[in-house]
Amino acid sequence: MKHVAILQFPGTNCDLDTKYAFEKLGCTTTIIWHKESKLPQNADLVVVPGGFSYGDYLRSGAIAKFSPIMSAVEEFAKNGGQVLGICNGFQILTEVGLLPGALKRNIGLHFISKFQTLKVVNNSNSFLQQCDKDEVLNIPIAHADGNYYIDEEAFKELEANEQILLRYSDAKGEPIIVNGSVTSIAGVCNKNKNVFGLMPHPERALETILGSKDGIKMLEGLIA
Amino acid sequence: MTAIVNIFLKQGVLDPQGKAIHHALDAMNFEGVEDVRMGKQIVLKLTSDNKEEAQKEVEKMAEEILANTVIEDYTIELL
Repeated sequence: MKHVAILQFPGTNCDLDTKYAFEKLGCTTTIIWHKESKLPQNADLVVVPGGFSYGDYLRSGAIAKFSPIMSAVEEFAKNGGQVLGICNGFQILTEVGLLPGALKRNIGLHFISKFQTLKVVNNSNSFLQQCDKDEVLNIPIAHADGNYYIDEEAFKELEANEQILLRYSDAKGEPIIVNGSVTSIAGVCNKNKNVFGLMPHPERALETILGSKDGIKMLEGLIA
Repeated sequence: MTAIVNIFLKQGVLDPQGKAIHHALDAMNFEGVEDVRMGKQIVLKLTSDNKEEAQKEVEKMAEEILANTVIEDYTIELL
């Protein structure tokens, strides 16, 4: 049975949804308060969940990067451990430098909360291994700072290494502008493909009655 | 000593908030505004009186936390 460590900062609000999701998929979980300096020894996956860590003060994710637990997460990732950042977790992982790029205010300045279709760009990684390339998934988004920026040179590298995970798209998989992200990017991974970040919330897409269960195959990839 | 750190999105990085302000100014018929950039200002009251030392220390703060240098530039003014 896989064990998932879920971080909790002041202002995190998706920790319990994330716990519910991974327990539903048959994992055991521990919620780790950000003041801790160690991760559970048996952790197979670390999830930095969504929310508003430190009220998004200064910049989303900026202050969380100095929480004691983050050094342990960096160490865990450096040793090849899998790390997933969802929404605010994605912002934190870019601030820490575990993922390339940065997330800016949405182009329309609004907080966007809705179901959004996404196209799977690359599945040559554990996270999206259960999805088909070019498959269109339906996953909720809920963010104000999801406008992904990366400079041209780093973008080329991202593309060449198949680090782009998902793009905002229409139902046919054509990229669309949702928040102003560079080439509609919704999620990326690091070069070693063990650190993943995305703005959409797969943990909120687990049951048909709530709109979609497309999140299951994403999360399952990480614990397969 | 007081340090004023001004932080702006880098030139070439689209500034959605600056753009919205520009639109609003246009809508209010303020003419002659070519571009608007919005940033933030952080004012630090320092215990040190040594300008050189303070400059170095504040630069470090800006690099490490106050600015995200992937998307932002900063200036430091010491008073």
